[in-house]
Parts: sequence; C-alpha cells; structure tokens
Amino acid sequence: MTAVRTTFLNTAADLLDADPRTALVLADISATAFAPAARRHPDRVLNVGIREQLMIGVAGGLALTGLRPIVHSYATFLVDRAYEQIKLDLGHQGVGAVLVSVGASYDGSRSGRTHMSPGDVALLDSLGDGWRVHVPGHPDEVPPLLRAAAGDDDRVYLRLSERRNGDAYPDADRLRVVRRGGAGAPVVVAVGPTLSATLAATRGRDVTVAYTHTPRPFDAAGLRALAGTEVVLVEPYLAGTSAAVAARALADVPHRLLALGVGATDLRRYGDPADHERWHGLDAAGLRRSIDAFLD
Amino acid sequence: MDTLTSSGTAPLGPLLRRITGDEKHGPSAHSTLDVLWVLYDRVLRVTPQTVDDPDRDRFLLSKGHGPAAYYAVLAAKGFIPADWLDDLAGPESRLGHHPDRRLVPGVEIGSGSLGHGLGLGVGTALGLRAQGRTDPRVYVLLGDAELDEGSNHEAIAYAGATGLDTVTAIVVDNASATHGWPGGIAARFTVNGWTGETVDGRDHTALHAALTGHRPDRPHVVVARVESQG
Repeated sequence: MTAVRTTFLNTAADLLDADPRTALVLADISATAFAPAARRHPDRVLNVGIREQLMIGVAGGLALTGLRPIVHSYATFLVDRAYEQIKLDLGHQGVGAVLVSVGASYDGSRSGRTHMSPGDVALLDSLGDGWRVHVPGHPDEVPPLLRAAAGDDDRVYLRLSERRNGDAYPDADRLRVVRRGGAGAPVVVAVGPTLSATLAATRGRDVTVAYTHTPRPFDAAGLRALAGTEVVLVEPYLAGTSAAVAARALADVPHRLLALGVGATDLRRYGDPADHERWHGLDAAGLRRSIDAFLD
Repeated sequence: MDTLTSSGTAPLGPLLRRITGDEKHGPSAHSTLDVLWVLYDRVLRVTPQTVDDPDRDRFLLSKGHGPAAYYAVLAAKGFIPADWLDDLAGPESRLGHHPDRRLVPGVEIGSGSLGHGLGLGVGTALGLRAQGRTDPRVYVLLGDAELDEGSNHEAIAYAGATGLDTVTAIVVDNASATHGWPGGIAARFTVNGWTGETVDGRDHTALHAALTGHRPDRPHVVVARVESQG
C-alpha cells in the first residue's frame, strides 16, 4: 500500500476514534485495512459488501440521522457507478457526506478502463449541488482536508491519487502562486498532482504558476486577480472540466484559454500511470509542447 | 383541522377527491391507502409535533408514485393543512406527483425514482443504532414492480445478513411487476434472513398484526396483496 491511501486510512481511523458523529461506509475496498477500526467501532464502520448503490444509500440514511458519513471506494465505483444515488440519496435529500476515492484517472492503469475514472469531477459538476472537490497533490495535504470535511455537513469529494508533487501545499484551497512571472505574464493553473510536471514544463518561460488542491469551489476571484490575457488549466481528470468556471470567472476580460487534462478517448491500453500521463500529454514534455504551441 | 380517529378509510374519500378531482372511484382505487392508514393510525409513533424528534418512528415512502393516498393520510393526521390538497403539482404547490421531504412536513425522504428508499432506510436504521437509539423503527413502503430495481436487492441482502431488526419493509403487491416474482415476493426477503408475512392489503386487522409482527434480530417484511391493476 502506498502513501496517500495510508494517510487517508490513518486519518479516517483517528476521526472515528475522536468523533462519535463520524461513520465509515465501505464496499469491500479497503475493508481489510479498516478491520481494526471496525473492531473498535462496529456500529460506525459499515462494510456493505460489493454494493455501491447501497453504499451511498446507507450514507444518505446515516446523514439523515445526523451522522457524518465518510464513503470510500475506487472513484469509478464510488462516483461513476453510483451517480444517481449521489444525486438523489445525498443531493436531493439535502444531506451531505464525504466521498473519498482512490484510483483517480489512471492510477489503476494496469487494470484497464474499468478501473479508470477521468470523468468523476465532471459528473459532480453536472449535479450542481454545491459539491466541494479536493484533489490533493501530496499525502500531507490529505489529513487537514479530511478533518475539515468530517467536521462540517457539506457535500465533499476527496479525490486521492498516488500521483504526487514534490512539495505539499496544505493551504492551497485557493490559487496559490508557486512561481511568479512578470506583470501580465500568462497564468498556468495546476490542479492537484499535475504541479510538478507543470513546473518542469514551464521552466524558463515567463509564466505565473498557481496551484490548488480545491478546484470546487473554484477560486474565481484568485484567477481574476492573477490573470493576464493567457490562461492555461492543467487538470488530472477530463480535459476542460474547469474550462467553464474559468471562462465565467473571466467573462468580462479578453482572454485566451487552454484547458489541458485527460483525453476523452478510451485508449484501450494498460501500462503504468506514467505511460498514460505521457499518452494524454500530461507529462512535462507533453505539457511543454502544448503550452509552447499555445503561447508562441 | 379534523383529525380522523376511526379505523376505516371512508373519511379519506373527500381528502382524496380534493387531490385527484376523481368523483368516480372510492378510496380503494389507491393501492397503498389501507397500508398507509393502518400505519399512521395504529403503528407509527410519530405525530405532527414529533416530526423532528430523533426518537420518532420513520416512514419512508420509497414507491413515490401515486402519492395521493399518502398526502390524504398526512392531511387527515394533521401533518399538512388539508387545503394543500387542492393544488397537486402546480407551480406553487408543495405537493408534487412525487413527494419532496424538503417541502412537506413529516415526509422523511424525497422519492420517485424507484429503488432508493430501502437503502436510505437501512442507512437510517444503522444511524439510529450507532447513536444508541434502539427504540425507533424504520418502515419502508415499496411496490412489487419497484422490486425490479437491483438496488433493492443490495439492501435486502445486507439488512438480512446483518440482522438489522429495526427495519420493516412493506411491499404493496398489485401484481404489476412485468416479469412477476416466481416463488413469491416474501421469499426474496426470507431467503436472506428476514421474517416475512403475506396478508390481504385491504384487511386492517391482518395488516396491523403483520406490521407489528417483527421479531428480534431479523428485519421484517410485510407483503400486502391488493387487487391487480391489470
């Protein structure tokens, strides 16, 4: 087991110990790792088996009684498969939950398309129910995000990936400038684990690189404050997912926008996550090609 | 507001007519009416004054279709003003063709898309148990055709396997499932460890006995048979 998932497991187990309002709902994924917590809290660690519709329905019911459910599985099973339950059992009932996924767009690339979820954030966008979306780029960003989410009643999606940046920026819930360019320089916004490759891709160019682990709500005011004429979005999920919110933020400002991310096509290829990053043009060389072509 | 205390459903007729405008059919045209009346009149420990009490019984109408009988019973028992019944699903109405918990006092879930109520009910029962509230029961009303949705079977299997004994599912069976339920509806539940009873869905005495016939350590299902719509 690798770092970000371990960080989540430890933080969630601590929350279950510390806050009797928290509950954890699983559909077999990570159930073995949570077995000690389940022994300590048999009524609040609930493994429903391989039943993702029920997993979200149970979370909705728990929330209706005042508990704070944390719901965890692979992104594709948690969000893609249970989309209508998320829409109705949480959103329409007017209750919240903390959905914590692993697998992201292609962490499970060796398992193929069935284990990939590049469209999860776009799906939540389509719900329009005020979902807060966190996409941490480093394991150290996870505990404060999870603790804050467990402490409120909002609808929160925490999208974990084993892809990671070199440094953690726990305070980057708004756009945080990591490298500042000259006045009016193009702004490149890197979301979550795309930051390291984005920094490498723009080395030597006069651009401002800003980072966030919280694409929803998108820091529209921050983007307006930073933006010159050229804006580039780099996202670790479906390309263009944040293009609409960026365009709205800059609606009255003349600008050009390049939205990079995971392509919409099923590549029908296995390989490593790094291979998929390269195939989708999200490695440093690919990003450099796209950004150079846009700016030159 | 009038509050009905008799055990017959005839007084619901005028309330139903306010909703449907249908002068021709009596209360028995509504498949769920008798079950709802027995629940609210004799079983559920919830009143208009206790709709937010954490220790109330919960009633979840999973089968959100055709909610006229539900609204009529809620009005008869004082949960909603009777004059709400005069406008069903208009622009300013709080009562739609599927109920919305955020719009109607006493309504525990918004429903209409089939197959969501039992999962929410299981979660509600688990949430109550985790908070030490072992007294409230959770009743979920489904239709026999609604059972086609696979999500129900996720909930049936899990509630049975874990002995979630504060849940009672009620299936109103008017034989409308397209491919039927060979072997019977109750068997879908009992094979998973539920206790089950199948009764005449118009017989109030039998309904009351079945709706209060749950036993320790197992969830309970009541199949209420009514005349086929076909």
